[in-house]
Amino acid sequence: MSVISVIGYIVLGPLLGCLLSGIDRKITARMQRRRGPSIFQVFYDLRKLFSKEMIAVNNIQLFLNLSYLVFLVIAGAMLFGGMDILMCLFILSLADMFLVIAASSDSSPYANMGAGREMIQMMAYEPLTLLIAVGFYLTTGSFHVGDIVSMPVSAVVFMPGMLLGFMYTAAIKFRKSPFDLSTSHHAHQEMVKGITTEMSGTTLAIMNIAEYYELILILGIFGLFIVNEHWWSWPIAVVVCLAIYFLEILWDNATARLNWKKVLYSCWLVTLLAGGLNLLILMLIK
Amino acid sequence: MDLIPVLIGVPAVMAVLLPFLKNEKVRGKAVYAGALAIMALTLALLVTWLTDGAPSMLLFADTELVDHGMMVGDVFLMGLIIYMGVKYRRYFVIFLTVVQTGLLMYVEFTAPLKSGHHMMIDGLAMLMCVIIAFVGGLICIYAVGYMKGYHSHHKEFKDRQPFFFSMLFLFLAAMFGLVLSQSLIWMYFFWEITSVISFLLIGYTRTEEAVHNSFTALWMNLLGGLGFAIAIALLAFGGGSVQLSDAIAVGGALPLAFLALAGLTKSAQLPFSAWLLGAMVAPTPSSALLHSATMVKAGVYLLIRLAPALNGNMVGLMVSLIGGFTFIAASMMAIAQNDGKKVLAFSTISNLGLIVACAGIGVEETVWGAVLLMIFHAVSKSMLFQAVGATENCLGSRDIEDMHGLLLRLPKLTYIMGIGIAGMYLAPFGMLISKWVALKAFVDSENVLLVIFIAFGSATTMFYWTKWLSKLISQHRARQGVKDITCKDEYLSMFIHAGLMLLLCLLFPLLASHIVNPILAELFGYSATVLSMSVLTTMAIMLVSVLIVPLMMAFVTKTAKRQLVPIYMNGVNEGDNRHFVNSMGEPTHLYLSNWYLRFEFGMRHLMRPCVYASASLLVVVFCLLIGGAVG
Amino acid sequence: MGRMSKSPWLLHYDASSCNGCDIEVLDCLTPKYDIERFGIINTGDPFQADILLITGGVNSQTEPVVRQLYSQMPDPKVVVAVGICACTGGIFKECYNIKGGIDTVIPVDVYVPGCAARPESIIDGVVRALAILDEKRAVSKKAR
Repeated sequence: MSVISVIGYIVLGPLLGCLLSGIDRKITARMQRRRGPSIFQVFYDLRKLFSKEMIAVNNIQLFLNLSYLVFLVIAGAMLFGGMDILMCLFILSLADMFLVIAASSDSSPYANMGAGREMIQMMAYEPLTLLIAVGFYLTTGSFHVGDIVSMPVSAVVFMPGMLLGFMYTAAIKFRKSPFDLSTSHHAHQEMVKGITTEMSGTTLAIMNIAEYYELILILGIFGLFIVNEHWWSWPIAVVVCLAIYFLEILWDNATARLNWKKVLYSCWLVTLLAGGLNLLILMLIK
Repeated sequence: MDLIPVLIGVPAVMAVLLPFLKNEKVRGKAVYAGALAIMALTLALLVTWLTDGAPSMLLFADTELVDHGMMVGDVFLMGLIIYMGVKYRRYFVIFLTVVQTGLLMYVEFTAPLKSGHHMMIDGLAMLMCVIIAFVGGLICIYAVGYMKGYHSHHKEFKDRQPFFFSMLFLFLAAMFGLVLSQSLIWMYFFWEITSVISFLLIGYTRTEEAVHNSFTALWMNLLGGLGFAIAIALLAFGGGSVQLSDAIAVGGALPLAFLALAGLTKSAQLPFSAWLLGAMVAPTPSSALLHSATMVKAGVYLLIRLAPALNGNMVGLMVSLIGGFTFIAASMMAIAQNDGKKVLAFSTISNLGLIVACAGIGVEETVWGAVLLMIFHAVSKSMLFQAVGATENCLGSRDIEDMHGLLLRLPKLTYIMGIGIAGMYLAPFGMLISKWVALKAFVDSENVLLVIFIAFGSATTMFYWTKWLSKLISQHRARQGVKDITCKDEYLSMFIHAGLMLLLCLLFPLLASHIVNPILAELFGYSATVLSMSVLTTMAIMLVSVLIVPLMMAFVTKTAKRQLVPIYMNGVNEGDNRHFVNSMGEPTHLYLSNWYLRFEFGMRHLMRPCVYASASLLVVVFCLLIGGAVG
Repeated sequence: MGRMSKSPWLLHYDASSCNGCDIEVLDCLTPKYDIERFGIINTGDPFQADILLITGGVNSQTEPVVRQLYSQMPDPKVVVAVGICACTGGIFKECYNIKGGIDTVIPVDVYVPGCAARPESIIDGVVRALAILDEKRAVSKKAR
């Protein structure tokens, strides 16, 4: 079972991620009263990127990006394979570190600024992800995803605060406004393309595919809040994930980009209030 | 076990001999011989101990002569401190040393002490000996090359190398004594020696800053020593025994709290962190040996020893809270530092904080994490210090900003630094696994504050290491190259360290099951499996993947054809990736800086509130304990 | 439509324009014209761009910049000169500092005249460029 879902993640993950991003672009366009591109636009983009000439600013960026991709796949495979969620999160931050290093490897001003902001973003969201893992451990008595999904009641019953907090900080991982500091899906960015400035063609395509894997991984963590031992929790989890993704899109279009200080402090505050209080209550009742 | 006096004696004899070796070459050979002898002796001790079945045994019951010797030694140290205090007009240290030595004398002459054993050898002590011998010995070898470069670089300081090496070896002797002591009076003696040596080495350059910092270190450590002396007095008049094992078993809260105070000062926890930061003015080998790899470990060693007694009481709570708070506060302040050694110092304080927090909780899971953290931290931090020291000798600066693109300039040193940094925080290297266990144990002990500390602290830790690492890896060709003037001695030590580090990571499951579990069994009387073998094996596999994936990817990308173009600078790149054309048509040099968040996380803003908060915690707990004891 | 033309990403550079054409280029992004429906994105980054869209004539200051941006774009790529100044130099043609149209520096594939060029004609020009982009890809693929 877990082998199937891992293979499913590796094969279908990026496809689903692409499709979701395509839908995202369509919805965003509609929210802005535009027609918007086809929902398969993301596939077209990727196809084009792979067919471009290889240019690079140095010899190591591509390999660092590939490592980013591989570690993201490993992290996702750990989640979907029902393994340890804490380890999965650690690998996720390892992957992110490769992205940061890839961006700063070219000592270019824009990519470097992007890398710095990416680090700030990592610092902003990481505490809550750790607390969420702890929350799952407290509710289910195990860090194992396999045990978490076979609970009699959904985890969200015990950790609603963490879900809310995670909805707040996950905008960082989705690279959504107001937290799209390091690089943005939107056209205008004060520092060109931020962390991806020096990436072109295949290198950029790899980075994008990794982002789609990450999208699915994060949605998978959202799903973990909902799923329990009953079969009907799975469709509900899918619906909830899609709803959360829609909310992120809505939020993306309704807010302007914040500066790093506000991002960092607000995320930490939300972590403390939503995550910390939830944790405290969990420890008291468990 | 007749080897133990030899083990302590050899470095002590070396310390006496070295000041007379004025010739640099001869001295270098002697240092090599001494370091090798120490390692060989430790190995011999390890082997004999293992062939005996790795027992925990008490030794040396009847040692009147040595006791008297130590008393003389204590008085001598007091005399030395008084002399230095008068010379530099620092009277507070005189007060501290007189009070604590006087207290100890009083105890020894009047208290009805039961006769007991003075030394003990068990798994933890043996582990510490191995760390001290190998890390310490290698650092001594490193110092042979380093000090040569240091003095050719810093002509303004008087060359006092014979004294320096003598102190290093004396320190090693004292450390061996410290970890092997069972009698608290003996341990106190060695404890004071390490404090004084640290003081002398920090003041090595005799600049005003160095002298000032050395006295800061001295008074803080003496305060710990005073705590130690008070604990001894309380134990002696309370139960009539100054055995460490008795203190753990039946000590009572107050002596424990004073011993913990000693441990906290030695391991530079808040509010006593300032001395370790000041200690960075000392030459790098002493920073590596004393202020990161071993001496500060004496503090956590004592706390780990006390751990079973700390579980679930107020002293334990105090220790773990201070440790956890130090972990996050120091890692935040590390962000704002651009001096490589300062970052390492903060990171040391922060990691020690984690170990202290683990010891304070005092259950087998946390101690498991603490011991492993200690092992990994010793090796990787010593390696990092050495790499930074060698880089400083080459570049003439240890500013992280100047290490931009170091990978292309000093590749060998950068790889060593990279391994050290990766070992400090990346998944699945040893430190991180230990952190994971610590997190789990904090949750199990239902300490919300500690869980939050560790969650935020690992995020900030991640930040300062990642930005350093990305600075190193930048592909930037500097205008002028740098000549690698690192000596063979230094590389020898660093390469062995790097190899050890990788080996430790790969052999992690073995390390956990064969070394750490027996130590737990000795401390707690039984040993629980903290992480199952399958988890550990998974992690070993993960580690291999971390090493292999980038290598494979590097290989894959080697085959890809590509055209190299200049980096994007709005089309005004001069073509060399270093300059851009400004609006006047002139080429301007590009300067890229890391993020330091000085105004948010700077030491100037955070240090004072942190010190006040932790100091008030200490004061409150001590008031409660003393009130409880009196009332 | 081929591989390239379904996802052309733009880089817009103002060589010495009076900003009239620039405003019109930005116009194309607005809901009324919405060039994103063709999958066109204004990236602002030569490394990721397929179409270099230049407004204004080239002068001695912008010449090296145009060359560098062009060199930083990966093949296949096309250049669209927007506005009469970018096409020929326009009313500034005789100025002492103006070199002329963009084609004096780099090869131009599509000329979009007008002062200022209308959004409709800009979109038309870009769509024409797409066909050329596909052709170029086919040629380069054959050469490989």
